[in-house]
Amino acid sequence: MTLEAASAGQQISRGRIVTLIGVVALVVLYVMALQFTPPERFQGLAQKIFYIHPPAAYAMQMAFIFTGIASLLYLLLHDARFDVFAEASAEVGMMFGLIVVITGPIWGRPAWGTWWEWEPRLTFTVMEIDLFGGYFALRGAVRDPAERAKFAAVMGLMALVLVPFNHLTVYLFASQHPQPVVIKTSKPELPFEMLRTFLTGFVVFTILYLGLVMQRYGIGARAAIQEAADA
Amino acid sequence: MSVLRVALLIARKDLRIEWRSRTAIHTATLFAVLVLLTVVFARDGGAVSLVTLAPSVLWITIALASLVALNRAFTLEREHAALEGILLAPVPRSALFLGKWLANLTFVMVVVAITFPLWILFYGVAVTPALIPVAGVAVLASIGITAIGTVFSAMAVRTRHAELLLPVLMLPFLLPPIYFAAQSTVRLLSGRPLEELWGWLRFLALYDLAFAMLAAMLFPAVVDE
Repeated sequence: MTLEAASAGQQISRGRIVTLIGVVALVVLYVMALQFTPPERFQGLAQKIFYIHPPAAYAMQMAFIFTGIASLLYLLLHDARFDVFAEASAEVGMMFGLIVVITGPIWGRPAWGTWWEWEPRLTFTVMEIDLFGGYFALRGAVRDPAERAKFAAVMGLMALVLVPFNHLTVYLFASQHPQPVVIKTSKPELPFEMLRTFLTGFVVFTILYLGLVMQRYGIGARAAIQEAADA
Repeated sequence: MSVLRVALLIARKDLRIEWRSRTAIHTATLFAVLVLLTVVFARDGGAVSLVTLAPSVLWITIALASLVALNRAFTLEREHAALEGILLAPVPRSALFLGKWLANLTFVMVVVAITFPLWILFYGVAVTPALIPVAGVAVLASIGITAIGTVFSAMAVRTRHAELLLPVLMLPFLLPPIYFAAQSTVRLLSGRPLEELWGWLRFLALYDLAFAMLAAMLFPAVVDE
């Protein structure tokens, strides 16, 4: 139990700097994607969303896995820092998840001819968002901080175990339903420029994840200290 | 006293309390029947036949009925601070989990057992030997569902809006087993060969195993003050 107000403030300002770097890198990514990467032959400009969409999905998955690991560590060590981190990571993951489900249909409309398709990865994202929506509902419904941390950790760890089952479910789900794909993208070999931009996206979203979680951790730590003082 | 003996005692106590009033079991069963009825009214009768909907409806009903059933799992204990009494007893927490789980599983099984014939009747499901394995799938799915439910209901009962919270926490966890179970049911009812079924049942068993173990490990952390 070592949450300090001073280090919380430090975390927030450090997080701001990292986030700022991330935002600048995001702008660079946009420029790279729009100006220095050739358009895809069949999908045209719609394909540009792929420099944002998969990195966001990856960031969401990373965020939720870290929430699960932090939850396990909290249950083992009862250190409040893991609880604050788990919450921070889950919240940032939720934001990335929303980016995925918003950008997915924007691409789906021109490429598949339909706004929504029960495509495995999109379905998986929706399942994860609902799962972690429950995580936040649980956090909001418990008043006692220690009990809240404990319950949230139990839920976070169970969610981590559910992830492979959700993957399995959507994989089987998709193999059963042929998709009305207007344009089929069967894993093309990416030209170098596309690959470069694509991989840059992953780096950018990792930086954004780090910056946002650092800030959110600091805010959470501050709130926890305040809550302990009020009690 | 051995863990199993304590677990059986706790399960017996829970089920005896249920049996004396029978309010919860009546209410949960009535709820399940109402779900069966709701789908009949909500469907487009000209476009979708009831037989086509039958496997889906069975699993929606089981999922929702088990949520209602699990909501009551710890309410009584909470109301009379009875859980504190059990926690004071020098018995392993794993026995408490096992007992609660057994009671919940039995409760859900009774609700399903009463609803099952009505589902066959209302949805015009052909009465064939295939219904026996369908019932088996229901048992298999309920094992995992009630294991998770035992942990979540123990948590939810200590929160604000417990009745609202439990479905929100549990439904994301029910999606995979419901999917595996519904796929098995569809294949059983259309008389597909056993090989097609095997994979789904294995996933269901794997799910049961993973979450039963996890629930047993996490339960003590949930109930300890």
